[in-house]
This record gives sequence, C-alpha cells and structure tokens, in this order.
Amino acid sequence: MDNEILLEIKNMRKSFNDLEVLKDINLTVKRGEVISIIGPSGSGKSTLLRCATLLERMDSGCLKYLDSVAASMVDGSIRYSSKKELKKIRNYFGLVFQNFNLFPHYSVMRNITEAPIHTEGVPENEAKENARRLLKELGLSDKENAYPCELSGGQQQRVSIARALAKKPEVLFFDEPTSALDPELTSEVLKVIRRLAEEKMTMIIVTHEMQFAREVSDRIIFMENGLIQVEGTPDELFASDHARLKEFMGRLNA
Amino acid sequence: MNLAVMLKQLSEGLIVSVEIFLLTLLFSLPLGLLVSFGRMSKNTIIRGLVKFYISIMRGTPLMLQLIVVYFAPYYVFGKNINGFRFPAVIIAFSINYAAYFAEIYRGGIESMPVGQYEAAEVLGFNRLQTFFRIIFPQVIKRILPSVTNETITLVKDTSLAFVLAEVEMFTMAKQIAAKQSSIMPLMVAGVFYFVFNAVVAMIMEGFEKKLSYYR
Ligand SMILES: Nc1ncnc2c1ncn2[C@@H]1O[C@H](COP(=O)(O)OP(=O)(O)O)[C@@H](O)[C@H]1O
Ligand SMILES: [Mg+2]
Repeated sequence: MDNEILLEIKNMRKSFNDLEVLKDINLTVKRGEVISIIGPSGSGKSTLLRCATLLERMDSGCLKYLDSVAASMVDGSIRYSSKKELKKIRNYFGLVFQNFNLFPHYSVMRNITEAPIHTEGVPENEAKENARRLLKELGLSDKENAYPCELSGGQQQRVSIARALAKKPEVLFFDEPTSALDPELTSEVLKVIRRLAEEKMTMIIVTHEMQFAREVSDRIIFMENGLIQVEGTPDELFASDHARLKEFMGRLNA
Repeated sequence: MNLAVMLKQLSEGLIVSVEIFLLTLLFSLPLGLLVSFGRMSKNTIIRGLVKFYISIMRGTPLMLQLIVVYFAPYYVFGKNINGFRFPAVIIAFSINYAAYFAEIYRGGIESMPVGQYEAAEVLGFNRLQTFFRIIFPQVIKRILPSVTNETITLVKDTSLAFVLAEVEMFTMAKQIAAKQSSIMPLMVAGVFYFVFNAVVAMIMEGFEKKLSYYR
C-alpha cells in the first residue's frame, strides 16, 4: 500500500484575532513521503504544524489521518471529533520541536518510555527495550541514564526524536529541528533525519536547511503569507522562477 | 526550680510546637495546591472567591484568625465545643498557610514553559498525567526556596498559638519566666526555636540537593 494516504488537510484556515495566518491550506501526504516546508519567518509554517498536531484548533477546514477524521466541516462550521477519537489520532503522529521540550526531570530513558508506558499501556520492559534500540540507532546508547541538561543540543534533539519515535507514529513532524543548534550539531541531527528518510519514515519537516531539504525531500512546499505558493519536487522548486521563492532562496544564500 | 525541670517543661512545650508545625504543613501543603487551582480557575466566580479568601488570609493578622476560628462554633452552633482549642489552632494555621502556599504554587505553575505542556499533549498524556508527571515535579523544584522561607516563618509563628492559651513552647517559657522573675527561660526558648529552625533548614536543604540533579 505505497500510495496509502496518511494525512489529508483540506481548506485549513486559522486566524489569531484579526491576523489571518493560514488561508486555505491543502496538503495530502502519502505513506513514506518526505515533505519539506520552507518559507520566510511568519509565513505560518509552525501554525500549520500546530494545527495538524492538534496543538492549535483551526477555524475551518478538514483534517484527516488515515481513516480517522480529526476535524471536518458540518453545516459550514468546524467540528472536531470526540476526545476519544482525538486521543487515538494523537498516536498517529509525533512532533519534534525546535527547542526539544524534553522533560528535564526525567532521564533520557524515562523521557522516551514515559508516554508509551502511561498513555498506551506498553509493559515497562518492552518500552525500555524499544527505547534502547532507538537510542542505539540514534547513537545515544551510552546516554540512557543521563539527564537532558547533561547533553549537548544535538544529543537533546536526537533524544526528542527518539521520544517521538517511541510512540511508533505513522508520520513525524519537525518544526525547525536544527534552528537552535550550531552547524556541527545540526549535521548530526540531519544525519538522523536522513536515515529515517531512508527507512521510509513519513515526515513533514519545516526547515531552513535548503541543501538538506533538496536531498531528502520527495516534495518541497514554499509557504508565504499563509498560503502554499509553490509545491513540487526539489528539482522543480530549485528551477522555479516564482519571484518570491527566488527572492527567498536568494536571501538564504546571501 | 532547677535547670533540668525548666528544660523538661520547655521540651513539653516544644513537642506541642512541633505538633502544630507538622500538622499545619501536612494540611496546608495539599490544601494550598487545591487553592491555587481555584485561584487559576477559568470560572470567574471560583477565581474571585478564592482570590478574596487569599486576600483575607494574607491581609489580616494570623492572631485574629486564630481567635475567629476558635469562636466560630460558638457563633454557628451557639455553644463552645470541648477540646476545640488544639483543632482550632491547626485549622487556623492550615487555612492561613494554605493561602500563602497557594500563591507560591501558582507562581511556580505559571512559570512553567508552555512547551512542556505541548510536548506532553502531543505525546498523548491527559491533563491529569501532564500535571502530576510532567509539570508538578518541576514546580516543586522551582518553589522549594519560597516554601523553605514560609516553613521557617511557620516555626516562629507557632508561638502565636498562645492567644488560644495553647501551651506550646513560648507560652510555657513565659509562664516559667513569670514564676521565676527571670528572662532566662525565654532565652532558652529562643535557643530552642533557633535549633528547631536549623533542623528545618537542613531538611529543606536536603530536599533542594536531592532535586539538584537537573536544571
Ligand atoms: N498564539 C498566537 N497568537 C497570536 N499570533 C500568533 C500566534 N502564533 C503565531 N502567531 C502569528 O502567526 C504568524 C505566523 O506564525 P508562525 O506560524 O509561527 O510562522 P512561521 O513558523 O512560518 O515563522 C506570525 O505573524 C505570528 O506572530
Ligand atoms: Mg516557526
């Protein structure tokens, strides 16, 4: 089922008071796809991710994961599904934050196992075993007993990726996962994401790392002013003569 | 009266002081958390009432509150209750300290970065789990210095129980001092309070150290 649709966003709109941040966003994500979202600051990239991960409620539109409808339009107004349904839907995705948001009072191990054990009822042994496997994959085997404050930014971000993966999500969102890191640490996190892409993890990545986006993505989305302005394969995007996209890329290269 | 007798009597008073101290903490710490929830409630009526309660508790003398609590049964039921002296002391202290602790909890809870809530929400924790597994343990670390301050104040405040003629250490010291026409017993009581507080401070420092494994 390579063409299975994992995520469907239709006509997503979101305003903060008078500020229209998302104006009619449409996005369909298939299993195994890697999509990068680029665009200037303030264009609504984070808001899009936050609406998709239920941290923010959109004002109108449809949001669907696999066969589960999170929100849809009923008689012209938005209706979110029941708490129970949303809880189930939360298991379909993971979100990696720009500033990690690890739980500082828990060890690396507990950061990873706490959610599977207490929200999904995974037995502790199994959760720990799985966590050790993830830590090994992410090159953190010796850190399971460390606390977040004892880790570098790059290590913290890798732990937060492990924490998200531990819930075995269908799709993983990243909101500028390397923006808080210096170049050296950035590359170790990007390496991990590349590896996930090779393993066919479905991912949606907001990033300013153009070269990385070009290499890793099946599709790149350029957002500006709350709209998807350009969407296409990396080659299409880099060859595009969309004026504002070119201007944006130019500014990044400058 | 020799020194040994005086020390023995003061120790009896000290036990009462320690009882007041421990029982007040036992009740006011959880009650304070509950009050802080009310103080942060989305319901404006609950929030307003709790705010009023806190302002009364913090804005009037604890000594007056002790008297009001003690005489409350008389005004409510028309009679005094036997043996209500000690419970009245504990109730008054507890509701007073709960108000102070509530504001400390609130400060701690409101200082928590929203990212912690969001990470927990995305991971599927419900509200209760988020609070007790993620937020509250970190709040405790943040508020511990303020709680230590209040706790040390409480040690000294136990002496206020004298207004209800509860014979804690200070009352005892005063009685002995009057009998002997000497301030010596009061000085000794002072030393006792000092040691009491030193022990409390040491215990609280121990807690702080225990939580210093993370930032
Ligand atoms: N909670 C909020 N309240 C008010 N305005 C917000 C809020 N979150 C985001 N915004 C505004 O929405 C716009 C888009 O923000 P964001 O989605 O974070 O953009 P990006 O991630 O592309 O930089 C910005 O102008 C921002 O100030
Ligand atoms: Mg952003």
